[in-house]
Amino acid sequence: MNQPLTAPLDLFFDYQRSTGPTIGAFVTGLRDGRLLGARIGDGRVLVPPPEYDPATGVPIDDFVEVGPAGTVLSYSWQDEPQPEHPLDTPFAWALVQLDGADTPLLHVLQGDRDELEVGLRVVPRWADERAGRITDLVFVPERRLSSSKPSSDPEHPSSTSQPGSDPERPLSPSTPSSAEAEPVSLINTPIALSIEHSASAQESEYLRGLARGELIGARVGPGSPVYIPPRGASPTDGVPTEEFVQVADTGTVTTFCIVNVPFLGQQITPPYVSAYVLLDGADIAIQHLILECPADEVRMGMRVQAKWRPESEWGHTLRNIEYFRPTGEPDADYETYRHHL
Amino acid sequence: MTDIAVVGFAHAPHTPATDGTTNGVEMLVPCFQDLYAGLGITKSDIGFWCSGSSDYLAGRAFSFIAAIDAIGAVPPINESHVEMDAAWALYEAWVKLVTGEVDTALVYGFGKASAGRLDRTLGLQTDPYLVAPLGVADSNLAALQARLGLAAGRWTERDLAEVAARARRAALATPDAQIAEDVDAEELLTRPVVADPLREHDCPPITDGAAAIVLAAGDRARELCDRPAWITGIEHRIDSAHLTGRDWLAMPSLTTAAERALGGDPTLDAAYLHTPYSHQELLARAAIGLAEDVPVNPDGGPLTGNPMFSGGLERIGRAARRVFDGAERVLAHAGQGPLLQQNLVAVLEGSPR
Amino acid sequence: MSKQPAAVLGVGQTHYTSKRLDVSMSGLVREAIDKALADARVGWDEIDAVVIGKAPDLFEGAMMPELAMADAIGATGKPLLRVHTAGSVGGSTANVAASLVQAGVHARVLAVAWEKQSESNAMWALSIPVPFSMPVGAGAGGYFAPHVRSYIRKSGAPENIGAIVAAKDRRNGARNPLAHLKQPDITVESVQASQMLWDPIRFAETCPSSDGACAMVIGNEEAADRVEEGRRVAWIQATAMRTEPTTFSGRDHINPRAGRDAAAALWRAAGVDDPFTEIDCAEIYVPFSWFEPMWLENLGFAEEFTGWRMVAEGVTAPDGALPVNMSGGVLSSNPIGASGMIRFAEAALQVMGRAGGHQLDGVRRALGHAYGGGSQYFSMWVVGADRPS
Repeated sequence: MNQPLTAPLDLFFDYQRSTGPTIGAFVTGLRDGRLLGARIGDGRVLVPPPEYDPATGVPIDDFVEVGPAGTVLSYSWQDEPQPEHPLDTPFAWALVQLDGADTPLLHVLQGDRDELEVGLRVVPRWADERAGRITDLVFVPERRLSSSKPSSDPEHPSSTSQPGSDPERPLSPSTPSSAEAEPVSLINTPIALSIEHSASAQESEYLRGLARGELIGARVGPGSPVYIPPRGASPTDGVPTEEFVQVADTGTVTTFCIVNVPFLGQQITPPYVSAYVLLDGADIAIQHLILECPADEVRMGMRVQAKWRPESEWGHTLRNIEYFRPTGEPDADYETYRHHL
Repeated sequence: MTDIAVVGFAHAPHTPATDGTTNGVEMLVPCFQDLYAGLGITKSDIGFWCSGSSDYLAGRAFSFIAAIDAIGAVPPINESHVEMDAAWALYEAWVKLVTGEVDTALVYGFGKASAGRLDRTLGLQTDPYLVAPLGVADSNLAALQARLGLAAGRWTERDLAEVAARARRAALATPDAQIAEDVDAEELLTRPVVADPLREHDCPPITDGAAAIVLAAGDRARELCDRPAWITGIEHRIDSAHLTGRDWLAMPSLTTAAERALGGDPTLDAAYLHTPYSHQELLARAAIGLAEDVPVNPDGGPLTGNPMFSGGLERIGRAARRVFDGAERVLAHAGQGPLLQQNLVAVLEGSPR
Repeated sequence: MSKQPAAVLGVGQTHYTSKRLDVSMSGLVREAIDKALADARVGWDEIDAVVIGKAPDLFEGAMMPELAMADAIGATGKPLLRVHTAGSVGGSTANVAASLVQAGVHARVLAVAWEKQSESNAMWALSIPVPFSMPVGAGAGGYFAPHVRSYIRKSGAPENIGAIVAAKDRRNGARNPLAHLKQPDITVESVQASQMLWDPIRFAETCPSSDGACAMVIGNEEAADRVEEGRRVAWIQATAMRTEPTTFSGRDHINPRAGRDAAAALWRAAGVDDPFTEIDCAEIYVPFSWFEPMWLENLGFAEEFTGWRMVAEGVTAPDGALPVNMSGGVLSSNPIGASGMIRFAEAALQVMGRAGGHQLDGVRRALGHAYGGGSQYFSMWVVGADRPS
């Protein structure tokens, strides 16, 4: 068999996180340009404040303002910032023990690589516009750096909202608006994932068939059920289906639903009929659309045929079939498909 | 308590990138076939199934569901799954065997780490409110931990290189090792830093992998295996969720799990530690209190091949294989979470206690 | 060593609602745990281990979120297991916790299951278009609706059966102060008049999307004996779990063998010969109304294709011979990962006599049931007033 096919699978979502009282207090502090820790049962001040005591599980509400200055306990240089990082120029990861705290905060430090050392004194540099997120600040060495420059990389234009991008920015937070503003109780945390999705070797044969306008199924051996798409493992035997068999582009609707509901990320405009089609020559149904007849005329047992897109649009996907449409033949006998329900 | 043993172990080749699917089927099918053939059993002899994997590696909800195609689960099976390293699936299966409801179990884990940006993905295990939004990666945390240890005088860069060199040399004798090299610390110290202060050899490679183990109880274990690897202790614990409230140079959960699993007897022929970074091997050694002369990761360990969500199970499998081959008492460790927050220790022996 | 008896000592639940914006994920889960500990009359130091379950991590956008919740759930320094068996996970989590006690490994185990769906969008997470495929997926409703159609065709059930179930469960939910949806005035007619979402499933026949958590303390015989005089526990008389592949040629999608096998194993282990007469009430995982008759058959309460008759005759109504989903069920509250555990917990509450406004009289034995994936993961338990022999 040939190399399996792959395709990117990119996910992105803006998760909306309700903070509850403890994280809420901390992020409200960030918005207001203050750093909060909290005292736990054993007397230590932890930053950020833990929601619950690590040792006893008791909810924590003994907040203590810490910093703003702190000491670097550990650091690690990040040569090539990634899109998910708060800074677009090289920076350091750092464990910063803020004055008044007993444990460090994990954060980023903008500075000169040569100046990094354990024991370095640092202070926060706050973003002008703060939303109550952990990225509302970065740390910088307490002795002001004069050598760092705003990013000039056209790929990563420096954003004015970035806390560390302007070395001339004052260190103290802009007008704290805490008096009037509501506490922060919801934070947006975007998460992106990029996965290289692979089809199995067996499914890839089917996808290559689709690119030729053919429907390729497979079975474990003669007399075994024909699966389409072919499987890396037959679900009943645990062995690959590798005896390839071409199946027809005609078939029978076994069952279906009519999707009337719109939802985020939907790729087909409702209403549409999503049907299981048992292709002639296959022993398992595939899911596809039924069009060219009113949705309420689609029925179990209806005979249908693939409506292929123009050949010039074909790729390695079942989308080469735009939809299935009625053939006009008499409906299939219930007994021919009832064991596929 | 009922005597439970590992009676069979198989794993997929360690490879930087398989061309299989993220549901692990292609890696698992040969593992299962190996086990069935080696033990002279079929899938219908298995009383309970349990697996470990992660949706985040595959980027899909319920990604583990397709893996059961590899079993051919018709008729239906008595089955469970943990969103953890499969070492914890083994724990769940062990519990099931102890209840006496079943006398055999098959445990498996899989992960196609190469499908995404593993280092970044693992960073999403951190606090989703105040840590993960920084975009911190697994190796960033490890690097900070390593420097903390350097600053505290817990280890030197040479110590780390010694760990890595020993692992690479040990892997020369492991037929399926992803990385193996006849190298000394001197040489490794000349190589570039990749996650300051860590060098490439201090960090685990990206490994696609899968592993499977068959457990059996009492006489059933003796029937299936000439020399079962009896589980005489198995314990796991988790450390605090507050990442920076933890002492990064200690692993209390590992210490407790090891104390309980070892039951006061430190005698060991070898220890298989699930420590992906070189300095973490030193931390884990200390946390367990391993004697100087106990060989650690004679196969090369995670520094030479680091399958995700099956790596901890594989440590148990390799320890068991040691017992099959004549060792008396071997320790296996599994760890997961940011800076090995959660740890499991199993002690395998040639005779039940 | 043989299996040790285990019992539910206490249950705790949050109230269920579409968005719990006043709490974090930890805060949500902790609320249920605090209630469960109080109900069981035990303190943190008496809990030996924690078993936690939830549905896919993509729902909350955190990989293994329990790692960052260890302190909140009282797991720090203790063993913690995270179970994930698709929609059945809440039930499986309870079963795994029970097995830790039954094995004699622990005296008291905390089982907890949760979902905070408001952090994201479940329809999105369940409909991510996988490359190479046809993007016809439309969430769980889109998946299950064709199989409901098959059930209707195969059984010859009249089309109002789903509406009867929905109206019953929503009215039941109105008697449960924790329920997400409380619709005391809903009628079969109003359900039938609601919008058709995934034909043949209507809006009012569909579960809501909820935030919430459920927790239980499960203890051994000694722990059960130490619960104060007069305070009842629910003995776990049997548990069962079965799995089959999502699709295979000839698979029965509406009466899956995994469910039938799990039920058969369950009844056998519980010593139940005729579930219909020996089980006093059942909490069955019914996210879409038509699944009540389907699961009545799958569980062995009714012969194949006759479950709808039980519904039509009111057998599963509160005053029927087998009340189903007195709590309002998944149709009234659906924090996905917790929904299965809520079924298990509500069954226990009926046995313990602590179900409050939806308590039935004289419950000696109750079923808790959950399913997940493409009707392929099943977990269930029988709890009762009698200690298992």
